[in-house]
Amino acid sequence: MRSVLPVLVVVLAILVVWYGAAVWLNSAWTYDQAARAGTHPTLVDVVNDTMAQERPVLPAPHQVARGLWDGVAGQKITSKRSLVWHGWVTLSATLLGFGIGTGLGIVLAVGIVHNRAMDLSVMPWAIASQTIPILAIAPMVIVVLASVGVTGILPKAVISAYLSFFPVLVGMVKGLRAPDGMQLDLLRTYNASRAQTLWKLRLPASLPYLFASLKVGIAASLVGAIVGELPAGATAGLGARLLSGSYYGQTIQIWAALFAAAALAAGLVVIVGAIERATLKRMGMA
Amino acid sequence: MKDVTGAAAPVIEATGLGLTFQTNDGPVHALKGVDLEIGRGEFVSFIGPSGCGKTTFLRCIAALEHPTEGVLRVNGMTAEAARQARSYGYVFQAAGLYPWRTIAGNIRLPLEIMGYARAEQDERVARVLSLVDLEGFGKKFPWQLSGGMQQRASIARALAFDADILLMDEPFGALDEIVRDRLNEELLKLWARTGKTIGFVTHSIPEAVYLSTKIVVMSPRPGRITDVIDSPLPRERPLEIRDSKEFLEIAHRVREGLRAGHAYD
Repeated sequence: MRSVLPVLVVVLAILVVWYGAAVWLNSAWTYDQAARAGTHPTLVDVVNDTMAQERPVLPAPHQVARGLWDGVAGQKITSKRSLVWHGWVTLSATLLGFGIGTGLGIVLAVGIVHNRAMDLSVMPWAIASQTIPILAIAPMVIVVLASVGVTGILPKAVISAYLSFFPVLVGMVKGLRAPDGMQLDLLRTYNASRAQTLWKLRLPASLPYLFASLKVGIAASLVGAIVGELPAGATAGLGARLLSGSYYGQTIQIWAALFAAAALAAGLVVIVGAIERATLKRMGMA
Repeated sequence: MKDVTGAAAPVIEATGLGLTFQTNDGPVHALKGVDLEIGRGEFVSFIGPSGCGKTTFLRCIAALEHPTEGVLRVNGMTAEAARQARSYGYVFQAAGLYPWRTIAGNIRLPLEIMGYARAEQDERVARVLSLVDLEGFGKKFPWQLSGGMQQRASIARALAFDADILLMDEPFGALDEIVRDRLNEELLKLWARTGKTIGFVTHSIPEAVYLSTKIVVMSPRPGRITDVIDSPLPRERPLEIRDSKEFLEIAHRVREGLRAGHAYD
């Protein structure tokens, strides 16, 4: 219970700042309208108006909340206006991309730890890959894959995997190298093969590192999936909601989609964290 | 009881053994001109100050280090072949149990790697757990055990498979003296029951004298053997033997040997 109060205080502070900013940013339009109509609104009128504009510069929290509620609960989930439906489209690409990225990261890490040539050659490329802005490369991935007939969920998943393999790779290289000299010597005294060393020592020892990476990776996967929905003028997914919202100045829709994405990311990280706790507890490591 | 007179067929035989590490500050002679024979069933302690090469010599026997000169035979093979034949169990200074495996799971590790059948794994785990007095602790995780118990588990792990050589690198170095005394006593019983050949690295003179049939005194720069003492003590050794005249005489000779080694400094 002690942690509730600080959390509430922080949330309250954010709301106060947000409402203040909404009044400040949206009032320009209110005064503009009033000037055209030749009226002189009172301060109360101005504040009331900034809370209820259709296309505010910054929607007030309750407007976003209503947009979010309307998108989640106010529609049939098969409707194209449903955030649940759009969220699922993004989530499916996220999970597929996360799976591909995690698999790729682990396989590359195992290769790097076991092969000196890979150790020297793969890591620089992996790092270079992350220095390229994802926004620059996403359209090319979509276009190239579409030209060979691959459309739908896979191109988005590829971009998602592109972002998520890196933290997994870095974490797993560190984790697979975590066993110290003595532990490796012990396996040498058993004349254990490299495969046995990997399965019995390196992989179990790397799990705490893997889970830390997965938390970063799954959030990155979601960003990748959303970015992947932008360039093709996609019609489905949270990215598409963001895009269409910005086309038509539907700021409330944008913010509702943003919050949906944030909630989705938080949920995914929480799930990974729960799996982490359960796994490490079973292994006697937590 | 096994026949322990087999000095004629040495289990470990080193001739002119040397190991030189190349470092940025020039070559370091970790071992130089080491000649030693260890017979079947002997309990041999290696004692000396830090840097005398006692651990390096043990690691050479285990083929974890590779001598740069001389000849080393283990069970009549090269050390590397002996390692591949899984001729020895090795106990490190730290227990080094895998935190994600239970005690039984840790002892099972070498058995899994060596491909023992599941039923035999269970049988062997139970046997060595009782050998080191850890019955009933098989399902515990390492962190639930004291340091002394963890080290006993790591000894059990080294005993689980059929190696007739046991190499121990300061296994009780990190434990307090009371625990150490008890483990020393238990180790002697274990040795009597299993008839293994034991190589034991230590810093402690009383420990070396109490445990060994043969004490190898070493000195540093370059790492070499300065004295080899065949202990006249009987194989049955109660803790009280440490107050006997013979015990103190051997301890004195070890101390003299250590001092002689330092005279060159």
